[in-house]
Amino acid sequence: MELNARIPSGPIQDKWTKHRFDLKLVNPANKRKYEIIVVGTGLAGGAAAATLAELGYNVRNFCFQDSARRAHSIAAQGGINAAKNYQGDGDSIYRLFYDTVKGGDFRAREANVHRLAEISLNIIDQCVAQGVPFAREYSGYLANRSFGGAQVSRTFYARGQTGQQLLLGAYQALMRQVAAGKVKMYTRHEMLDLVVIDGVARGIVTRDMLTGRIESHVADAVLLGTGGYSNVFYLSTNAKGSNVTAVWRAYKRGAGFANPCYTQIHPTSIPPSGDYQSKLTLMSESLRNDGRIWVPKQQGDRRAPHEIPDSERDYYLERYYPSFGNLAPRDIASRRAKEMVDEGRGVGPSGVGVYLDFRDAIQRLGRDVIADRYGNLFEMYRNITGDNPYEVPMRIYPAPHYTMGGLWVDYNLMTTVPGLFAIGEANFSDHGANRLGASALMQGLADGYFIVPLTVGDYLATAKPPTVDTSHAAFRDAEAEVARRQDALLSVNGSRSVSDFHRELGRLMWEYCGMARTADGLKLLLNRIPELREEFWRDVRVPGSGATLNQSLENAGRVADFLEFGELMALDALERDESAGGHFRVEHQTEEGEAKRNDERFSHVAVWEYREGAAPIRHEEPLEFEYVQLAQRSYK
Amino acid sequence: MNLKLHVWRQAGPEDKGGFVTYQAEDISDHASFLEMLDVVNEGLIARGEEPIAFDHDCREGICGSCGFMINGQPHGPLQTTVCQLHMRTFEDGAELWLEPWRATAFPVVRDLVVDRAAFDRIIGAGGYISANTGSAPEANNIPVPKENADLAMDAAECIGCGACVAACPNASAMLFTGAKVSHLGLLPQGQAERDDRVLEMVLQHDEEGFGHCTMHGACQTACPKGIRVDWIARLNRDYRQAKTRRPGEAGLVGA
Ligand SMILES: Cc1cc2nc3c(=O)[nH]c(=O)nc-3n(C[C@H](O)[C@H](O)[C@H](O)COP(=O)(O)OP(=O)(O)OC[C@H]3O[C@@H](n4cnc5c(N)ncnc54)[C@H](O)[C@@H]3O)c2cc1C
Ligand code: SF4
Ligand code: FES
Repeated sequence: MELNARIPSGPIQDKWTKHRFDLKLVNPANKRKYEIIVVGTGLAGGAAAATLAELGYNVRNFCFQDSARRAHSIAAQGGINAAKNYQGDGDSIYRLFYDTVKGGDFRAREANVHRLAEISLNIIDQCVAQGVPFAREYSGYLANRSFGGAQVSRTFYARGQTGQQLLLGAYQALMRQVAAGKVKMYTRHEMLDLVVIDGVARGIVTRDMLTGRIESHVADAVLLGTGGYSNVFYLSTNAKGSNVTAVWRAYKRGAGFANPCYTQIHPTSIPPSGDYQSKLTLMSESLRNDGRIWVPKQQGDRRAPHEIPDSERDYYLERYYPSFGNLAPRDIASRRAKEMVDEGRGVGPSGVGVYLDFRDAIQRLGRDVIADRYGNLFEMYRNITGDNPYEVPMRIYPAPHYTMGGLWVDYNLMTTVPGLFAIGEANFSDHGANRLGASALMQGLADGYFIVPLTVGDYLATAKPPTVDTSHAAFRDAEAEVARRQDALLSVNGSRSVSDFHRELGRLMWEYCGMARTADGLKLLLNRIPELREEFWRDVRVPGSGATLNQSLENAGRVADFLEFGELMALDALERDESAGGHFRVEHQTEEGEAKRNDERFSHVAVWEYREGAAPIRHEEPLEFEYVQLAQRSYK
Repeated sequence: MNLKLHVWRQAGPEDKGGFVTYQAEDISDHASFLEMLDVVNEGLIARGEEPIAFDHDCREGICGSCGFMINGQPHGPLQTTVCQLHMRTFEDGAELWLEPWRATAFPVVRDLVVDRAAFDRIIGAGGYISANTGSAPEANNIPVPKENADLAMDAAECIGCGACVAACPNASAMLFTGAKVSHLGLLPQGQAERDDRVLEMVLQHDEEGFGHCTMHGACQTACPKGIRVDWIARLNRDYRQAKTRRPGEAGLVGA
């Protein structure tokens, strides 16, 4: 597997400009001769499909929901970063670049990150022109807030529904192209395989989720904007349908998978409350500005929170990190909460949770001020838990939230399979080992609106893919394989439901490949996952037929892929024998218990190559830091 | 808690369908309505039966996938989505009737799942601002009065769930359409296409087979996102204005 990142030469601030000039162009009259498949209608896929159609290409766009508008990007709350420096507080492209590289714990590619920071400006312009109703000041100019520990105010937002509004902007642009006949939309279609002919991506195989029909689609280029894989943990903040299937199929057809072990655990989610629990709900991180996090000092203290006097409470973040206190970064706050629970000092009915207490803030500022700041969040919390956070402390616990790993891509966002591109959360992206708040939306839109439409053109102009059609043996074989797999799932007829297996996989991944990982735990996991996979294929029960809408069958296919993918994730976590960002190996920590990188051995991207019937091969793309100096993070 | 559920089961679009009764047993009152259905479905799977099909994805009340009638009310008794409706809202032993949205323009796909593609086509008819990627001016060049931006956001919060249509005795989608017309019409960026937008969207709305609005107001009561009938009034005004400016163009009279 050759890993040529194709990073343009020259000073970092000129690379993208120069590269844009060097990219080959497709003649406007010829664009309509090309067919492009875009899988995904989130910020990345939706933006790419709309823009490619505007340029004149014929686009086919796929999603598994009943409408493009429901892609998981819709759920993003907090905001989107851009280095506009509208607040005049010293922000700049360079500062956003710097913060992102550092925040990613020095495991991202400098050139990509700088490009992202440059494009952030265009994104805001584009979204405003589309009618995204961003928050504004009384002057009529755009408002900003600070987010995720940044020292400048650069986050643009639309109430608590920024993802929704950005996605609706992209969706509306997309629907305009659908009506114009330039995009053909395939909703309720799930991509189940990638077709590679002569080493080049030439199409996909899908299942029509209403009729069960298995269909082939030919194209000159294939783009995957299929989102992240946090649902490998079963319980996460992602939507129920979020899956690894599309990228996993691509991996098995030859696309390198980069850094699968880099996952982000968000510290402030509502804790799980019972076995029936289907997902975890995120509570905005902003709550940590005024809430104090604590657990009882005494193990197994079951008293109601107000009966526990201050002297018997452990405000552990304030104790460990006197200067950052409750605002310690996501990964650190998450890990410490797990420690408390593991020590038997967790709170709530299940003992899995810590308190986020507003008592002191309400005493200091008054209930009205707190209501003004967090009223809607308090309502949401009350609606879900039945508790009133004005009177009893909230209970929170970390939850899987975002995945920094994904398909490896070069500077053009092309995977190791020529003609196959990966965008948005589906690629291994620009976030290194940890993503900063409000930067996933930025990356999805940068990829979709501004980068991939140009780089796909360059690919088409250079590669000039020859004509093939769906009668080609590669399509026939892929269709047969998809059908065979589906029949296999339907015919096991065992005793356990798909969700039951998914829950078990999730528990294992969370325990051994979640917030804190050890070599022993990972080895155990590497033994246990193949066993569970074998049990799945022997004992799963998928009712119904393949010829209709069958939600159990859809889910079964996704869980089957998670059961393969989980193993690669654990392997990657084991091989990365250092701590970095969201990947915390217990063996590698500083005296204060912080993540300790090993730059000598691991300043690289780990890229996995699939081999049929044999262990995957680990390749390395070295990372060099020319502009941001390697340093240890400190939040003491 | 325990409940008695009468659930609409329909194998496919051509099937006649009917209610089937199930017991939901030992349900935590902290569970969401969809989690309660998950538990019922696990029981069905264990007995070798096919689970109840219902649309859902985010389970946070934002994607608009979920929704069905509970005892004749879209999304049930509270103004929220079924994924955000919790079982503590109901009494132990309650008897509930679950049905899909009923509207000609939303054909039933299976059980509680309907086809809402008509909404996408209404948006495609004009629910956008034509701003090709790359054509945008610097964002702060055009200030937007804060009041307008806030109002536009109020209208833009629609999640496209379809509850308004299900609630309406005429199965009208005017709340949905009015919300989008108003969101874009309130912004300076949306002015150039304002007349065409409202005419084309209303035309598409009618062609899809949604009924006319008779100001019944049931849509507003059912909407989980607090979208107000004010937007329908705004749509009507925009429509009339556009018609006067362009007599003889697209659009049905009386919408
Ligand atoms: C609760 C929550 C809050 C967040 N808040 C923020 C925030 O404030 N700021 C921020 O920057 N980021 C935030 N994020 C992260 C951010 O929302 C996501 O990373 C981003 O939206 C992902 O966009 P995407 O386009 O890559 O994928 P998605 O939006 O997930 O879209 C995936 C698309 O792929 C399709 N798809 C997937 N698999 C298949 C398949 N096999 N076949 C066919 N189609 C398929 C789906 O139908 C969908 O259309 C948040 C995330 C969560 C979960
Ligand atoms: S207006 Fe309300 S009820 Fe109608 S689709 Fe939008 S959110 Fe749903
Ligand atoms: S599942 Fe998304 S709104 Fe209910």
